Amino acid sequence: MTEIIKRKKALSVSPLKASQTIGAALAFLGFRRAIPMLHGSQGCTAFGKVFFVRHFREPIPLQTTAMDQVTTVMGSEESVVEGLKTIAEKNQPMLLGVPTTGLSETQGSDVRMALKMFRDKYPQFDTIPVVPVSTPDYAGCLESGFAKAVDAIIKTTVPAAKEANTTPGRRHRQVNVLVNASLTPGDLEELKEIIESFGLRAVVIPDLSDSLDGHLGEDEFSPLTIGGTEVSEMSTLGDAKATLVIGKSLEKAADTLQQLTGVPDYRFDHLMGLQAMDRFVDSLHRISEEPVPAKLERQRAQLQDAMLDSHFMLGMARFALAADPDHLVALSQMLEGVGAETVAAVAPVNSPALQQVSSEKVKIGDLEDLEKLARENGAEILITNSHGSESAERLGIPLLRAGFPQYDFLGGYQKTWIGYRGSRQTLFDLANLMLTLEKGEISPYRSIYAQKTDFREVTDEHSSTATTRGLHH
Amino acid sequence: MKQKDIAALLDEPACAHNKKSKSGCAKPKPGATAGGCAFDGAQIALLPIADVAHIVHGSIACAGSSWDNRGTRSSGSRLFRIGMTTDLTEQDVIMGRGEKRLFHAIKQAVDNYQPSAVFVYNTCVPALIGDDVEAVCRAAEAKWGTPVVPVDAAGFYGTKNLGNRIAGESMVKHVCGSREPDPLPEVAVREGIKVHDISLIGEYNIAGELWHVLPLLDELGLRVLCTLSGDARFHEVQTMHRSSVNMMVCSKAMINVARKLQEAFGTPWFEGSFYGVRDVSQALRDFARVIDDEDLSQRTEALITREEARIDQLLEPWREKLRGRKVLLYTGGVKSWSVIAALQDLGMQVVATGTKKSTEEDKARIKELMGEDAVMLEEGNPRALINIVHEKNVDVLIAGGRNMYTALKARIPFLDINQEREFGYAGYQGMVELARQLVLTIESPVWPQVRTPAPWTVGASAAESTTDQEVVA
Repeated sequence: MTEIIKRKKALSVSPLKASQTIGAALAFLGFRRAIPMLHGSQGCTAFGKVFFVRHFREPIPLQTTAMDQVTTVMGSEESVVEGLKTIAEKNQPMLLGVPTTGLSETQGSDVRMALKMFRDKYPQFDTIPVVPVSTPDYAGCLESGFAKAVDAIIKTTVPAAKEANTTPGRRHRQVNVLVNASLTPGDLEELKEIIESFGLRAVVIPDLSDSLDGHLGEDEFSPLTIGGTEVSEMSTLGDAKATLVIGKSLEKAADTLQQLTGVPDYRFDHLMGLQAMDRFVDSLHRISEEPVPAKLERQRAQLQDAMLDSHFMLGMARFALAADPDHLVALSQMLEGVGAETVAAVAPVNSPALQQVSSEKVKIGDLEDLEKLARENGAEILITNSHGSESAERLGIPLLRAGFPQYDFLGGYQKTWIGYRGSRQTLFDLANLMLTLEKGEISPYRSIYAQKTDFREVTDEHSSTATTRGLHH
Repeated sequence: MKQKDIAALLDEPACAHNKKSKSGCAKPKPGATAGGCAFDGAQIALLPIADVAHIVHGSIACAGSSWDNRGTRSSGSRLFRIGMTTDLTEQDVIMGRGEKRLFHAIKQAVDNYQPSAVFVYNTCVPALIGDDVEAVCRAAEAKWGTPVVPVDAAGFYGTKNLGNRIAGESMVKHVCGSREPDPLPEVAVREGIKVHDISLIGEYNIAGELWHVLPLLDELGLRVLCTLSGDARFHEVQTMHRSSVNMMVCSKAMINVARKLQEAFGTPWFEGSFYGVRDVSQALRDFARVIDDEDLSQRTEALITREEARIDQLLEPWREKLRGRKVLLYTGGVKSWSVIAALQDLGMQVVATGTKKSTEEDKARIKELMGEDAVMLEEGNPRALINIVHEKNVDVLIAGGRNMYTALKARIPFLDINQEREFGYAGYQGMVELARQLVLTIESPVWPQVRTPAPWTVGASAAESTTDQEVVA
């Protein structure tokens, strides 16, 4: 049983949390020819845009209803209608998302009514699905916003089995895959490859590996997403053989899809490390009724070998982690699998998923809390987003970047953490970081009789951290 | 903030835009708006004040997506790099506990970080639910003895530009004039050099570029009392009222500060730029001219002659590589005309420039520099920029970071000129860096490689047309 320590501070210092609103926006970015329009002031969108532009190093289509003094007081539904019309007319998107913000939710803006006004006024855009989703930033975090958007998109675009006459298993090679916010585009590519190796066809929802994988396309500019799940595919989900669900945050979305379509689902907390992957691959084997491909067997053996090689460095290594709940579960369980310990764990918000974290306690808090816990518990490596770099510097320990945002680092979005291959590479990365700590090195000692004059002074700070580190081993 | 206060801020008699309309900038259009909100502008303008605890009072999206997101540098305190927010929860909003949380948050910041002052940025949600931020700041200041300055800049008040002004207004209203400058340190007294006090308004020390200019000012005996706000300290802002002349550095963003300091303390001001050899020299001359010190004028001329000759020599090898190259300039805050002059100094040809934020006066200066048929872009959407690149055979696009990946996708060399950039271009020395960065991107070997199709597709016209169709579809 993991103990959850609630937030007590009034001030959040070095925040870990990113808002639900942009989490929802991210989910929409995983659909082809889509664009999210955040219902709030223009800054809500500008900040979100910069956040993702710096992380993905890609242009990010994101619009705003640009609430101002007048619409904030007098009602902002007209702005939603006007914004939808402008985008629909100019860009002919295949999917329009309308995540709300703290501003529009506090105002009490009625987006459903606005959507009805839009439909009444502009029937010519009836074919464009518009998905409102309530994601005020005073609740939840990026992960929960992402999950809420996936749920809302399913509700809007997937027809119920009896209406659309879909039958589970009619497309006997198709599997639906619901993925959470902690899977990178690199992870999704790996995931698709694994599924396809069983002769199955994966419909990934949402598919960021097709839109934000950082590829140089033929088109010079697009006001909409340049890839992602086809919205038209959503009506076929009911004919799939099975649904795979990655991440506890998607429980509700998975329930919704199950109820609409009746397609049986298989749920996984994460896909990092040998055990999690074995379960996943075995499920694919049973769904497809095909043997496990030799290539996967080989990768499995390679991961096992890497676990052996790296256990010298990672065994009893002390990690400090800060991430959204699903991600925290995945990272801590993977570390546990190689004998490492999570001595400091911080999540931005509480969630039932946190019970699965492999750590005695989880603190609901910020990066200041992480830094404090890491110091108290003698952590050796920090795993969190780019904002952790100053903490890592102050702690004098290395940082492995994970989660959002990663703005001072290239390729964070394509790092593959999952699958046998991704897990193997992650273990190598972590082991190599441990090696940079030069654990076990003995500090130079200068004899009182020495005649040497070229002695390099070791600062007090350096020698004292070396001593504390030594204490843990 | 009341509507009439906002209107007063938008009515800026010293700004040339004022002649056109009182709104400052056009009303945002839902679904077709880019750019930040008033909070964004206020935070950007003040965040570089390094030893202040900058607390964002609001739900997470405001601070969560934007903290630690600036290229500005500090020579000492790094407190400003620590993000602080009250991270309001749903319960705070419903139960009206925001003020209480803010009060305790200020205490926590004061206790843990001993800031010189606390700045509290109001945002949309607390503005909407009616938190009395000013009263909380007053009470906190009285109780804990650290100055607490409210910056009432909720996003829905208006644009980023308005936010800049709100920020400036807060400084003039609450900070400037609350302390006398320190006496001159004895080591700084030099025979025959009379020291004059000056201030720089709207200089943000991006990438430390102010440090290219400061040595020159030191040499001339110009003591910078305060830079608003690059590498500034709170106690410097307090003394701004004592400068004998203020220079408005970055466009018109904080023009209200210069005007109000003139109204209240009679301080003369002029507008200038530190970009490009011509403008740096002009700025130095303007200081001497306004201060009206014959000796200073002579020493200034001598310094200019020496520095221009030195830089000219350093730039010569770069000019050879850049001569005749065509530039499309699309700047945000940095004055277009200033950068145009800088690029012309390098022998480059500016074929078009963005003028969205330029005043009529700016435009006149641009025409003077580029000739009557200068192409001015009012609207800087990515498609328009790319079209001009092709029409005019542009060699490099110089614009803000948000356009970077647009340029790279279109396979166009790019130079980032906005606040997130990593290199300083100000001062004489900055020109060398600008030239180096331009050559680095323009002459990079990656361009021919990304523009050439794969060898197996060459000559296969059937394959090419298929690709085109796919793209269109």
